Amino acid sequence: MAPVKNLREAYGQALVALGKQDRHVVALEADLGKSTRSILFQGEFPDRYFEMGIAEQNMASTAAGLALAGKIPFMHSFAVFVSGRTYDQLRNSICIPGLSVRICGSSCGLSDFGDGKTHQALEDVAIMRALPGMTVLCPADSIEVAKMMQCVLEWKGPVYLRINRNDLPFVCPENEPYRIGKVWRLRDGSDAAVFASGVMVSKALEAAEVLAKGGISVRVLNVSTIKPIDREAVVAFADGVRAIVTAEEHNLVGGMGSSVVEALRGVRHAPVEFVGVQDSFGQSAENYEILLQHFGLTAAAVADAVRRLLQAA
Amino acid sequence: MATSDTVKRLCRIALQLRADVVEMIGVGKAGHLGGSLSLAEIVAALYFHKMRFDPKHVTDPDRDRFLLSKGHAVLIQYAALIEHGVIPRAELKQVKTLGGLLQGHPDMVKTPGMEAVTGSLGQGLSIGVGMALALRLDGRPSRVYVIMGDGELSEGQIWEAAMAARRFHVDNLTGIVDRNRVQATGPTKDVFDIPDIERKWEACGWHVITVNGHDVAQVLEALDAAERVKGRPAVIVADTVKGKGISFAEHNAAFHNGIMTEEQYRQAMAELDARRAELARA
Repeated sequence: MAPVKNLREAYGQALVALGKQDRHVVALEADLGKSTRSILFQGEFPDRYFEMGIAEQNMASTAAGLALAGKIPFMHSFAVFVSGRTYDQLRNSICIPGLSVRICGSSCGLSDFGDGKTHQALEDVAIMRALPGMTVLCPADSIEVAKMMQCVLEWKGPVYLRINRNDLPFVCPENEPYRIGKVWRLRDGSDAAVFASGVMVSKALEAAEVLAKGGISVRVLNVSTIKPIDREAVVAFADGVRAIVTAEEHNLVGGMGSSVVEALRGVRHAPVEFVGVQDSFGQSAENYEILLQHFGLTAAAVADAVRRLLQAA
Repeated sequence: MATSDTVKRLCRIALQLRADVVEMIGVGKAGHLGGSLSLAEIVAALYFHKMRFDPKHVTDPDRDRFLLSKGHAVLIQYAALIEHGVIPRAELKQVKTLGGLLQGHPDMVKTPGMEAVTGSLGQGLSIGVGMALALRLDGRPSRVYVIMGDGELSEGQIWEAAMAARRFHVDNLTGIVDRNRVQATGPTKDVFDIPDIERKWEACGWHVITVNGHDVAQVLEALDAAERVKGRPAVIVADTVKGKGISFAEHNAAFHNGIMTEEQYRQAMAELDARRAELARA
């Protein structure tokens, strides 16, 4: 069966697969199951599905209790609520004891284009990254969602999964073995390195294609494990190029770009530019693409950043 | 029905727990005396009579769970675990030190016998509900006990958890509200008055039992009655005295997290000794 292109649908299907593999997998939802697709799990395993109502804080600490008594809880809401509304519960109930709770931040970034800034998560990576012991994941397509979920089942400690709401182009190889904690090279090149995550991975690949036509050779890296960042790989992939660009659907403050630069600390490296949201909240729009364009999250913006750095070099 | 011997034994233990708490805080150091002492009888009743708890096997999956949502009162739980031999008695002098096992709030990472991390108020009942759901899924006989403060009831998450417990017909959990009527900065009626506590729990679908939290026989009876409630959760609202058993600390917000002088320390121990002698004569 060909995988679906939609990331949240792929997430819901993967969750059902995990439920079949391990009877200890349970799911908690805050009245967004139709949207996060946790509803697929409810259909298969009604006894192991807890509709917690619109009460995210209680959901987070309840997930902690389930984990403490031997379950593998996956808790769901929109990324903006599950990272912001529940911060103190994630910190104290879950992260201090290092519990293996899986936190699905659905409709991440600007992907809930219609609902506007209250429902769009552009700070969630920064918040989650700051929590000691939290693993932060951001898959680039539905192939990666499925592979990542398989690894998440065995992964120790809390995990935050940033799941896009929409269809995204396939960018990840289907038959390659997968593990959490790796930076994936999707295209090789020698002039510039673009570290991208989520929806920006396909944009970065598009940019590399355009730049190649102008004689600029770009390496594209998928940073789907934002934390713990694979420092050695970041340093290796940043080596030998004359420009480094990061591209993410997130505030420039504290996101994947910050984690890449943190990984490069202490080593000599090419100049870095960030493509991301310029310290602002989102807004409503008719569709996802024009919202991404509005915030400069495009292939053209990535290509421009590469050119600017190379010209200055 | 508990025998009078059991009641007497638990009263003696409660006094010992109080003495341990006073010793842990010591002289010249801040410690949560008031909210620990108000729980002495309840903690004695749970840890030394009611709970399915084997100090030799504190991770037995079938054990009952004790969660102190009002985590600042953890000294009274440390006292119980010290008396059971789960925590070495030497730690009593090392509370809140860099090298010690006993943190300022419940920390399952550092301290044996602790079930969770609590202390950011309002989270313990939710954790308890999660545990109760998991234990029920696995068909375990365990019961979950969650102790909350009356000041803590202003945290909205408590009521989220209260509604969830009813929604899922959780009946393997007993909530206990330590209604000592004093919070960090003063009497609850002045700081943040919450009227009709019993009716709030009832409105959330809970069975409510009100007791004198220092009357061991009443506490034991309420714990049994709560366990008999089926299909919905039960809460015991225990009327208590903050700082109970030490005259200068009773009803006194200054000893929510106060510092004892040398003289106060000696007086506290003397009052507890006198009460112990009184009990022995009875």
